[in-house]
Amino acid sequence: MTAPLVEIRGVSQSFGHIEAISNVSLSIAPGSYTVLLGPSGSGKTTLLSILGGFLTPTSGRVTIGGVDCTSLPPARRPTTTVFQDYALFPHMSVGGNVGFGLRMRGVARSERGRLAREALATVGLPDVFDRRPHQLSGGQRQRVALARALVVEPAVLLLDEPLGALDLKLRRQMQDELKALQKRVGAAFVHVTHDQEEAMALADQCVVMNHGRIEDEGPPDRVYARPASRFSAGFMGESTLMPFDVAAALPGLPPAPRDGAIAIRPENLRLERQPGLIALGEARVTTVVFQGSYKRVQAVSIVRPDLLFIARAEAGAAIAPGDICMPGCRPDDLIILSR
Amino acid sequence: MGAAVRLAASAYAVIILGFIFLPVATLVLFSLQATSFPIPPFTGPSLRWYGAVLSDTRLTAALANSLLVASLSSLVAVVLGFLSAWGFARFVLPRAALMRGLITLPLTVSYLMIGMGLLILFNTIGMPKSLLAAGLGHVVINLPLCFAIIYSQLGDHQITLERAARDLGASEARVLALITVPVMAPAIFASFFLSMTFSWDEFVISFLLTRFETTLPVEIWNLLRSGLTPKTNAIGSLVFAVSVVLAFALELLLIRRKPA
Amino acid sequence: MQRRADAALAWGLVAPALVWTLLFFVLPLIAMAALSLTSQQGGVGIGNYLGFAENPVYRQALINSLEVTAIVTLLSVLLAYPFAWILAEMVPARWQRIVLLCAVLPFWTSYVVRSYSWLLVLAKNGVVNEALVAFRLVSAPLQLANTRMATIIGFVHFFVMLLTLTIFANLKQVSPSYRKAAADLGADPVRSFLFITLPLTLPGIMVGAFLTFVLAIGDYITPQILGGNNEILMPQLIMMQIGRRGDFPLASALSLVLMAVVTLAYVACARWLKIERA
Repeated sequence: MTAPLVEIRGVSQSFGHIEAISNVSLSIAPGSYTVLLGPSGSGKTTLLSILGGFLTPTSGRVTIGGVDCTSLPPARRPTTTVFQDYALFPHMSVGGNVGFGLRMRGVARSERGRLAREALATVGLPDVFDRRPHQLSGGQRQRVALARALVVEPAVLLLDEPLGALDLKLRRQMQDELKALQKRVGAAFVHVTHDQEEAMALADQCVVMNHGRIEDEGPPDRVYARPASRFSAGFMGESTLMPFDVAAALPGLPPAPRDGAIAIRPENLRLERQPGLIALGEARVTTVVFQGSYKRVQAVSIVRPDLLFIARAEAGAAIAPGDICMPGCRPDDLIILSR
Repeated sequence: MGAAVRLAASAYAVIILGFIFLPVATLVLFSLQATSFPIPPFTGPSLRWYGAVLSDTRLTAALANSLLVASLSSLVAVVLGFLSAWGFARFVLPRAALMRGLITLPLTVSYLMIGMGLLILFNTIGMPKSLLAAGLGHVVINLPLCFAIIYSQLGDHQITLERAARDLGASEARVLALITVPVMAPAIFASFFLSMTFSWDEFVISFLLTRFETTLPVEIWNLLRSGLTPKTNAIGSLVFAVSVVLAFALELLLIRRKPA
Repeated sequence: MQRRADAALAWGLVAPALVWTLLFFVLPLIAMAALSLTSQQGGVGIGNYLGFAENPVYRQALINSLEVTAIVTLLSVLLAYPFAWILAEMVPARWQRIVLLCAVLPFWTSYVVRSYSWLLVLAKNGVVNEALVAFRLVSAPLQLANTRMATIIGFVHFFVMLLTLTIFANLKQVSPSYRKAAADLGADPVRSFLFITLPLTLPGIMVGAFLTFVLAIGDYITPQILGGNNEILMPQLIMMQIGRRGDFPLASALSLVLMAVVTLAYVACARWLKIERA
């Protein structure tokens, strides 16, 4: 277990009366891809700003590479940021933009040009050195922003919702490229997003945030299969959620924790009686939506009308609203949530 | 930002503001002068010179003339500007960019040239100097402004609104009356008030194109020729007060409208 | 059918403005140009222009105008930029519009009255001289009014306001992300200003400077009130031809010379803007 590259200890950030982040602690390993995931207002962007040095936390410590960076300005930290609007300087060429950080470090012009061209080649844009930002497409500008941030070889690269402005296909493509880039470059990436699919695709370590706190943390497959809280279960994909009292009404279930719930992922919920499954009563189908590779089925429990089942059926299954189904799942697939 | 820098910046800002306010402050102060010279020491306060202004029939006539010329020429400028702006936005005309450029061209020419050109033209056709001549000139300087302001607000959004109205069955006239004019009202009023302000204050064109009946700035100029008295201060302060009121009216119309 | 009606309506809407512009703007200028090629005594030719080129007094008026306008433009930019910067960066956001309005308010007096006020302020026994004498900074009142300096002060007073507005508007429009990015990449505040903020506010400066140049060089009021008759600028020269001598052809020629200078400035500015865009 190597020493963490970034240590965030007990960091809080208040703006006036509003506490954006409460007592957050997090470790980031060198060479890892960390994704901060959460809805807007969860504090994820605030945390990123603190990491980048654009905000000084109200309390707590930030250590990067063993150095206490809590109050260091952005220029003196081994971090660089890719901003949501890319912030490419409009009055400079692409080459000027990418070389700017090097220029601030006193690198000579010819060397700057060489390194900038290399960085642009790394992000797949070998020919745009002399163009202006306004002549590039959204995806190209994003890559230039990446090149500009990476050419100064930061220890940690911070990305603030970098793929938000791109259409779906381009986003998927960029996700693959980001992952590959991170492996090639070796820096630790910290990526903020509200898109859980993006988080699952990219993260080595997924950090789920809500209301300024960390709700859950870990590799995406673990966070998905064994979420730590109701929020995490609901944010990372869908689930059938059965709070304490609802679970108690279904005889086959183990007791749920008093303040908690039991959750079942849709792909683990079967709609017909099978041996080995815990029976969850009967339910009436209310909605069937075709999603290409499967059908998303919603059904209301007849035993407890406040319980909504969310399941997946085969793409070709003959199921329609009004049908009666028999939801059930394997005992292993039950997710017991204590909060 | 260091405290020393903040201090230096504040000092600089105060000095500049002082520089900006110095003449007007002096003007208003010495308009209340009790004696006959608008220079230190201050012997007021006295409203004697305001009384002199209000009883000077030439000045009050000039004031009325200014208001007349300003409102009428602004009205014409706004109407012409609005109609043409709407025409360009609503329809596709050949050489539209060229024509729009022509209408905004007077903005780049100094008032002295515009006034001189009109003086020569009117002399050639035998039209005498008058308030009407000055008014025509004021339309020339204000029309480009009204056009530019209104045209800039007739964006795609506006055209879509009108299309929706036509789609729901409104005739051109009703679209204009019920959709275009109300939505464009802030821009229309803003250009009207701006034109009023420019016309109200305008000197060179009025100077060249009027003779006996003239506007206030020209009358003030004549006052200056006959010596410096606090009377000029008084009329200047009055003009300032009117301009401030116009400015606030503009501000309220533009700013209060924003939430709507 | 609908298209014919549409076309008729369209032309009907834009025609009035076009006709007005052609009749009362273009036509007068053409008349002026034509007149400039005649002479007061009768006869046709470029005599007026030659007369201008050969007359040292006339040439000096143009030189004076260019010098004064250049000084005014430069001074106004240098004074206005820090002021606009302080307003945009250091004044709390809530107060900015009010402070800006206050700064602009004194200019809502009549332009004539504003220049007259400066005459009072700068007079031998005006406010400035009284203060200088009272604070023992000078032994006798200075001749401040009726000088080139008074004209420059009068102009700068007005154009500092104009440039503050254009530069302020530009500063507000620059996205804060750029400065964050520059800081992130290692730029200290001074370098961030020099490499990022200043270049990005150059359009605001150029637009303001251009307006200053065009408005100042064509202004009759300020030099006439504040400059006295020690130095003649072009607008004063032009007005002199109309007033006393009634020599409209010469006045027209001189006006066109002035317009040519302004057009040159306009072309230079447009060329610069194109380079910036490319």
